[in-house]
Amino acid sequence: MLSVATAALELGLVYSLTVLALFLSYSMLNVCDLSTDGCFTLGAAVGAVVAVSGHPALSLVAAMGAGVLSGFVTALLQTKMGINSLLAGIIVNVGLYSVNMAVLGGSPNINMNKTVTIFSTVKSLLAGTPLAPFSEILVGAAAAALVIVFLSLFLNTRLGLSIRATGDNPDMVRSSSISPTFTTIVGLCVANAFTGLSGCLLGQMQKSMDVNIGQGVVTVALASLLIGATVLGRGPIPLRAFGMVVGAFIFRLVYAIALRLHMPAFMLKLVSSVIVVLALFIPYLKEQWPVLKRRLVYRSAARKGAR
Amino acid sequence: MLRIEHLSKTFNPGTVNEKTAIADLSLHLAPGDFVTIIGSNGAGKSTLFNAIAGDFMADTGSILLDGRDITFLPPHKRSKSIGRLFQDPMRGSAPHMTIEENLALAAGSGGWFSHLTAADRVRFRDRLALLDMGLEDRMRQPVGLLSGGQRQALTLLMATFCPPKLLMLDEHTAALDPATAEKVLEITKNVVSENKITTLMVTHNMHQALELGNRTLMMDGGNIVLDVAGEQRAKMTVADLLAQFKLGVGKDLDNDRMLLS
Repeated sequence: MLSVATAALELGLVYSLTVLALFLSYSMLNVCDLSTDGCFTLGAAVGAVVAVSGHPALSLVAAMGAGVLSGFVTALLQTKMGINSLLAGIIVNVGLYSVNMAVLGGSPNINMNKTVTIFSTVKSLLAGTPLAPFSEILVGAAAAALVIVFLSLFLNTRLGLSIRATGDNPDMVRSSSISPTFTTIVGLCVANAFTGLSGCLLGQMQKSMDVNIGQGVVTVALASLLIGATVLGRGPIPLRAFGMVVGAFIFRLVYAIALRLHMPAFMLKLVSSVIVVLALFIPYLKEQWPVLKRRLVYRSAARKGAR
Repeated sequence: MLRIEHLSKTFNPGTVNEKTAIADLSLHLAPGDFVTIIGSNGAGKSTLFNAIAGDFMADTGSILLDGRDITFLPPHKRSKSIGRLFQDPMRGSAPHMTIEENLALAAGSGGWFSHLTAADRVRFRDRLALLDMGLEDRMRQPVGLLSGGQRQALTLLMATFCPPKLLMLDEHTAALDPATAEKVLEITKNVVSENKITTLMVTHNMHQALELGNRTLMMDGGNIVLDVAGEQRAKMTVADLLAQFKLGVGKDLDNDRMLLS
């Protein structure tokens, strides 16, 4: 059981960076960024190629840079070129498949078994200490902590407040001195930097990277985000950001337990879709319930009356 | 202060829905003018505000604010010198952000990466206290918890925190209950007179239109049909105003919300 929790924590922490990215783009900026899958793979691909060429530290920076570029294009499509934001994400996502294949040099996967990565570096540093078995968790936790600290500070700067206002009340922003174009571009660039880093770390942790590594990540991350928002949805920004990590962990834990109970691995995506549907539907149902109840009572009364 | 020359705007030109919203309108405002605007439904009052704010680009004509040509300036650049309030109190502030965060955005001091400081909080507290609504003790609460009147008062404070060159009020008390409307209007008068802000105010209250400010405009069909100020305005009654309108336009003033008392 402990090994299940450890594995869930490792994956949860690495994926939590993508959840934190959606926390910025979806929860704050109110943009559903569907380029997340492609951007995640882009980060993994760029990170893998740079790490294989012998630059483990640079690979993290490069993956984030690639994410920024991807986010910039998505933002440009929806602000400067008048394309619907959902469509912009889908278009970029499709286009990124070719870009990712090009980055990987035409082969669909890269093996990093003998590559020096951030994980192997930390592992060799900790060799012999009691912390050695937890090196993956430590790297993931450090990355998640850094992103949480960054977001907590960033979202309270004037720029951060402007981004939040853009998502919270577009009417207000339109009649204020904030340019929604600018805040959307900055928000998506920063968010996608984290998505790219998340993909890079996953590839390096698994010591291999495949061009399909990012498939369905947006739904998994959205499910984690909605779980996190249910657990720690209110309160100051740092707490809510921490809730995103908790959400990612809970999602991975539930999934790992389901696997133990012989759920086939290919069910992951259906499960995440169902979680997203439930999390979005329940608030709607709550809102509709009084009317629905009244109608049911009304109908059964009418039926009795008819008898 | 504000100089509008031969401004025109036609929506949906060449279709059955073609509508000339502003027709060759010219308007000059002196610094410190407080102008009230009345007019029928669809007279172009809000469209005029939208044009000045830059929500759309005019077909012809030019707009100068304080000597600067803003005709083609994007809205967010104009907003630095134009404050604006709408009828809907929900439009002017971000509900999930706290009062102090909303004010920080409005105050706009410091660079992009500046944080709220203790000095800012003291400043906000002092200004909020002037509203006399107890908001100074709720600075860390989300704005969504405030009533419509409180939100409109906060929006007014935000719009005038750094006194703008021009303040545009589009029936900003119309959605509030009478007592709150009275209070928000009182705050408006104080803020405008203290900072000598040039102000345009649309109202549907004829009495208010004559009582407030120093000049009254009447609009119809996308243009200004009556412009009274000074001696002439001081002696005017609501009945005179209605008669003048009928004389100028050839029909009765028609606004379903117009208050004649």
